Amino acid sequence: MSGGNAKTLSKLVFVTLLMFGFGFALVPFYYKICEATGINAGAEQSLVSNTQVDTSRWVTLEFDANTNTSLPWQFKPLQNSIKVHPGQLVQVEYEVVNTSNQPVVGQAVPSYGPARAAAFFKKIECFCFTPQTLAAGERRRMPVLFVLDRTMDRDVHTVTLSYTFFDVGTKARVSGVQRGVPHG
Amino acid sequence: MSDAAHVHGHDDHAHHAHPNGIMRWLTTTNHKDIGTMYLWFALIMLFSAGTMALLIRAELFQPGLQLTNPDFFNQLTTMHGLIMIFGAIMPAFTGFANWQVPLMLGAPDMAFPRMNNWSFWLLPVAGLMLMSSFLLPGGAVAGGWTMYPPLFIQGGISYDLTILAVHIMGLSSIMGSINIITTILNMRAPGLTLMKMPLFCWTWLITAYLLIATMPVLAGAVTMLLTDRNFGTSFFNAAGGGDPVMFQHIFWFFGHPEVYILILPAFGIVSSIIPTFARKPLFGYASMVYATASIAILSFIVWAHHMFAVGMPAAAQLFFMFSTMLIAVPTGVKVFNWVATMWQGSMTFETPMLFAIAFVCLFTIGGFSGLVLAIAPVDIQLHDTYYVVAHFHYVLVSGALFSIFAGIYYWLPKWSGHMYDETLGKWHFWLSVIGMNIVFFPMHFLGLAGMPRRIPDYALQFTEFNQIATVGAFIFGFSQLIFLVVVLKAARGGVKATDRVWEGAEGLEWTLPSPAPYHTFETAPVVK
Repeated sequence: MSGGNAKTLSKLVFVTLLMFGFGFALVPFYYKICEATGINAGAEQSLVSNTQVDTSRWVTLEFDANTNTSLPWQFKPLQNSIKVHPGQLVQVEYEVVNTSNQPVVGQAVPSYGPARAAAFFKKIECFCFTPQTLAAGERRRMPVLFVLDRTMDRDVHTVTLSYTFFDVGTKARVSGVQRGVPHG
Repeated sequence: MSDAAHVHGHDDHAHHAHPNGIMRWLTTTNHKDIGTMYLWFALIMLFSAGTMALLIRAELFQPGLQLTNPDFFNQLTTMHGLIMIFGAIMPAFTGFANWQVPLMLGAPDMAFPRMNNWSFWLLPVAGLMLMSSFLLPGGAVAGGWTMYPPLFIQGGISYDLTILAVHIMGLSSIMGSINIITTILNMRAPGLTLMKMPLFCWTWLITAYLLIATMPVLAGAVTMLLTDRNFGTSFFNAAGGGDPVMFQHIFWFFGHPEVYILILPAFGIVSSIIPTFARKPLFGYASMVYATASIAILSFIVWAHHMFAVGMPAAAQLFFMFSTMLIAVPTGVKVFNWVATMWQGSMTFETPMLFAIAFVCLFTIGGFSGLVLAIAPVDIQLHDTYYVVAHFHYVLVSGALFSIFAGIYYWLPKWSGHMYDETLGKWHFWLSVIGMNIVFFPMHFLGLAGMPRRIPDYALQFTEFNQIATVGAFIFGFSQLIFLVVVLKAARGGVKATDRVWEGAEGLEWTLPSPAPYHTFETAPVVK
C-alpha cells in the first residue's frame, strides 16, 4: 500500500463517518425545517380540537381562599379573577404556606357563589380531592384543573369559587380522615 | 504504484504455494478472482430473487388467492426487491469494476487487495442472513424493500436480521467503493489522465462517490429502526413522539442516489460497447462525463418525488417536481450521444451490441415513464400502482440488467479466453427482450387503470393484462437459463478468442492476451 493510497483511504473513511453522522443530523434538521417552514403543521392541525367550547360568551371567575382559624396556614389564589369561555379547560393555582413549626394536615372545602353554579363547575384535578400534609414551614403551589360546563345558565356572568382549609389534625391522625373526602 | 507492483512481486514468489480449492477463493486478493466471485454471487442471487418474481407472477395469473397467502406474498415482493438490488445488481457492477477497472487503467490490481477480499466475503454472509430469514418464525420481512415504519418497527426477528444484513451489505459496498475510488485516482497508468479514462471508469468513480455519500445514511436510518425496535428510542415511532414520515425522507435521501448507483455503471458499460460495434469513438466524451456528474449531483436534491403522497406543501412539490425533471436533461445528453455514436457507424450486431441497443431504447422508455411520475399531480394518482412497477422495471431490468448481460457478453472472451456461443447468445437476447416487454409493458396499463402494487389479489377487470404479464415473466425467467448455459460453455472451452476479441475494440484491456493472465500490468503501460 503506497503512501498516496493510505492518504486517499483515510480521506474516504472520514467522508464515510461524516455521512453516517449526517444521517443522524438529519433528525434534528428535519424537525427544525418543519418548524421553520410550517411544513409539518398538518400534524398539529390534525389533533382533535375541542368543539365543545362556547365562544359566544364570557364568564368571569373569581377566586377566594380562607383558612379555618385553628389552622396555622397562609392560603391565597395566585390569580384573583379570570375570564373564560364555558367548555374551556382552565387551570388555576393556589399557594399555601404552613407557618407553624410542625407538620399539619389540612383539607380544603369548596363553596360556590351563586350556589347553582356548583353543578356546572366540573373539576378534573383539585388539591381539595385529598387532605394535604405540609411540613413545618413548607410552601406549596397547588393546581385546580376544571371546565365550566357549557350548559350553565346564560344569565350567570360571574362565578366565585371559594376554598376554606380546615385542620384535620397532625400527620399521626390522618389515616382515618382520608375516607371522608368531601365532594369537590 | 511502484509499491503496488512490489507487492505483486511477492505474490509471484508465493504463486507456487498458492492454496488450491476453496482456500484459493477464500483467501484470494486477486482482482480477477474477486471480480469473478462477485459475478457468480450476483448470478446466484439473480436466480433466487428471479424465482421469487416467478412465484409472484404465478400468484397474479388469476384473481383471488391460489398459491400464496397475503403474508407470504408480501415476503416475496419485499425479498425480491432487496435481493435484486443489494444482492444481484450492485454486486454484479462491483464485479465488473473489479475485473475491468485495473485492466482499463493499466493497474496491477485494486488499491487495497485484502480489503477487496473482505468486501466480497461479507456479501455471502449477508445474502445467507437474508435468505435464511424465510425459515424464521413469522417468515421473512414483508414490509416492502423500502423498510418503512411502522411496519418495520413491528415485525418479528427476521426484521432485525434483515437490518443487520443491510448493514453488512452497506459496509461491503462502502469498502468496495473506497477501493475503486483509490484505484482510479492513484493507480492509473502514466499518461492516462482522468479525461482520457474509459467512460466505464468515470461512471464507476462517480458511482463510488455516491455510495460512500449515501450508504452511511442508509446505515444510520436502519440503525434508528433497530434502536426503535429494541432499545426504546422513538425516531420513527409515533407513539413515542417520533415521525414515520421522517424515515421516508432519510431513506430516500439514500434511495434516490441509490437509483443512480444502479444505473450509472450501466451507462459506463454501454458507452464502452456501442463505440466498439459502431466502429467510431464515443460521441461527446466530455459531455458524457459532465452529464454523469450532473446526474449524480442532482440525485441529492430530488428525493421527495418518491413521497409526493405524504402531503407536502405545494412549494415543496413544485421544487421536487422540477428538479426531478431537470435530470432528464443530462440523461437526454447521454441518449443523444449514444445515438450519435451509432449514427453513420459501420455497425454489426453481435449479442453485446444487441443488448446495448435494447438498453438505449428500453431505458429511454423507463426514463419517460419516470418523467410522467415526476409530475406531482399525476404521481399522486399513480403512486403505489403498477405504473410505478412498470417504470422501475424498465430502468432496472432493461436498463441495469441488460447492461450487465451486454457487459458479460462483451468481456467474457477476454476473461475466459473463449468466444461465447453467438447463436445461443442471440436466442438469449431475443427471448429476453421479447419476454421482458411482455411482462412489463402491460403493467403501464394496469397502473393507469388503478391496480395497486404489493397486493396478491386484484379486481376482475385486470385479469387479461396480468395473464399476459405472467406468460411474459415465465418466458423471460426461463430464457435466463440460456445465459447460464452460454456462460458455463464459454468458461469451459470453445473457440479461442483473439487478444483484441472485437474488431473495433479500443482500450488497454484489449492489448492483453486472452484470457487475461492472472497477473497483468505489473509494469505499467504508457498511454500516449
